[in-house]
Amino acid sequence: MAPPSVLPACFTPRPATETNVLGLPEKRPITNVGKVVAVSSAKGGVGKSTVAVNLALAAARQGITIGILDTDIYGPSIPTLLNLEGMEPDLDPNNRLLPLTAYGVKAMSIGFLIPQDSPVAWRGLMVQKAMNQLLFEVSWPKLDLLILDMPPGTGDVQLTITQSIELAGAVIVSTPQDLALRDAVRGVDLFKKVGVPILGMVQNMSTFTCTNCGHHHDIFGLDGVRKKCDELGINLLGDVPLHARICHDADAGKPTVVADPDGPQAQAFRDLMEAVGETIGLP
Amino acid sequence: MSLKDVKHIVLVLSGKGGVGKSSVTTQLALTLSLKGHSVGVLDVDLTGPSIPRFFGIENEKVRQAPGGWIPVPVHAAQNGHGRTNGNGDAAHTNGLAKVHGSLACMSLGFLLGDRGDAVVWRGPKKTAMVRQFLSDVLWGSLDYLLIDTPPGTSDEHISLVETLLKEATLEQMAGAVIVTTPQAISISDVKKEINFCRKTGVNILGVIENMAGFVCPNCSECTNVFSKGGGQVMAQEFDVPFMGSLPIDPMFIRLIEEGKKPVYPEGTVIDGQAMQTNGHADSDEAETAGLLVEKYTACSLYPLFDGMVTQLLSKIEP
Repeated sequence: MAPPSVLPACFTPRPATETNVLGLPEKRPITNVGKVVAVSSAKGGVGKSTVAVNLALAAARQGITIGILDTDIYGPSIPTLLNLEGMEPDLDPNNRLLPLTAYGVKAMSIGFLIPQDSPVAWRGLMVQKAMNQLLFEVSWPKLDLLILDMPPGTGDVQLTITQSIELAGAVIVSTPQDLALRDAVRGVDLFKKVGVPILGMVQNMSTFTCTNCGHHHDIFGLDGVRKKCDELGINLLGDVPLHARICHDADAGKPTVVADPDGPQAQAFRDLMEAVGETIGLP
Repeated sequence: MSLKDVKHIVLVLSGKGGVGKSSVTTQLALTLSLKGHSVGVLDVDLTGPSIPRFFGIENEKVRQAPGGWIPVPVHAAQNGHGRTNGNGDAAHTNGLAKVHGSLACMSLGFLLGDRGDAVVWRGPKKTAMVRQFLSDVLWGSLDYLLIDTPPGTSDEHISLVETLLKEATLEQMAGAVIVTTPQAISISDVKKEINFCRKTGVNILGVIENMAGFVCPNCSECTNVFSKGGGQVMAQEFDVPFMGSLPIDPMFIRLIEEGKKPVYPEGTVIDGQAMQTNGHADSDEAETAGLLVEKYTACSLYPLFDGMVTQLLSKIEP
């Protein structure tokens, strides 16, 4: 069966009455979904997808009904991280996409709709349309929490999302490196500009402990995120050390929280989910 | 047309964010400069312009001339005679004075009011900015123009390739260097980038695998923090040249963030070359003196880049 096409067949253009006077889209709720949290960072490669997936898995273990939406149109990572590569979603009777399930988490990504090696060389307008479909044309079951794995940058995707739905908050991920923080600060600025509450920052890839000799190395700098949080007056939600297993397990499609649930890395992710849950008022 | 005196244009691409495109672009630029070429760097990453930070010229402003913008200089050409600082005294060069070509760069970062300002633009505005960067910057006569891109295959990339194919000749377009890390999610994004190049007719010069391993300075054990081997396997699968693997070198990060010359523990040998050791603690001033390009030659990544650039040059200028 050919994968459902991303546009026209499933896409129903919104009627004119749903835009306000200025022509901007009105915010709509996503059917069946409770709270929505964005895991973001204007900087690429800091671990947004890895953190988002492990957060979702930690939430599942806490008994929260959880879904994850991969909003990275150009480089969708969720299919690989959840071992769902090459799988195609079915459609429900209303022609909406049915999310796939892995490890108790419902997931949707453009990676399921487009052949894996094909580049998505789209201009902004097509990205907007695809984004709308991913936001509103997915048939989620009743979810307490939907996590959005955001792409890097501060452009069309971020704008479309913040203009189209109500976000309970944003979690900004960064490594301690100055270069990453400078872009992460823009991410914070973006959410402030559009009025989304910043739940806090996550310091990822913080300290590396050599498995051979036990020496600690702050490869990407020491505590940069912690200091930035103090400076900006936002919470430091969690600290995840740099450990080869996190990447290794993620690559294998069995993220840390599932592959090594009792290890210290999984604990770091569970602590992080608890902190996020507490901040947004989840049971 | 401002690109007419540029001999070779090289794009630095990656489907994935955070693999080190800006890092690689910076090092390619420094290495080309050390081989005596005049180099320009265009930073087209509009939402995360990092290049000024890498070259340590963040606080510089762009000057305007009647014909357009003047790219911000990083260092002037140095042809081997003694260099002096402003007052005519021999400049403290940390013992590393080298011959190098001129280096200049252009980035949206210079035009922003505040470094922390978010550039939240939709596609059409980004497209217009990229076109303007290509047509309105007075590069002058350059051997190499390196273009640092944002991750993905979006508006910036499409308009970049479109404009270049229109404004630059086929001889000028040397091709693209693709950067990845060894992990699976990077590889899968990079495959898309390779296919993007093939679809748009951009020649792929090679794939560089970055962050391939961290060597503990204490015990020399190499840990593959971002998995292993993916880059080479992918290059073979896609039949593109594999240029090499780069390890994580915290000394390079320190050089960029603090401006300090790289030093390594006693006895470190990379590629057969003994690295500068930290037998005695240099004063802060001695550690940070000198141009970036000179301090970079003490970095363990420099010999690796030297090899890769030699390879590149033999392909581009056979």
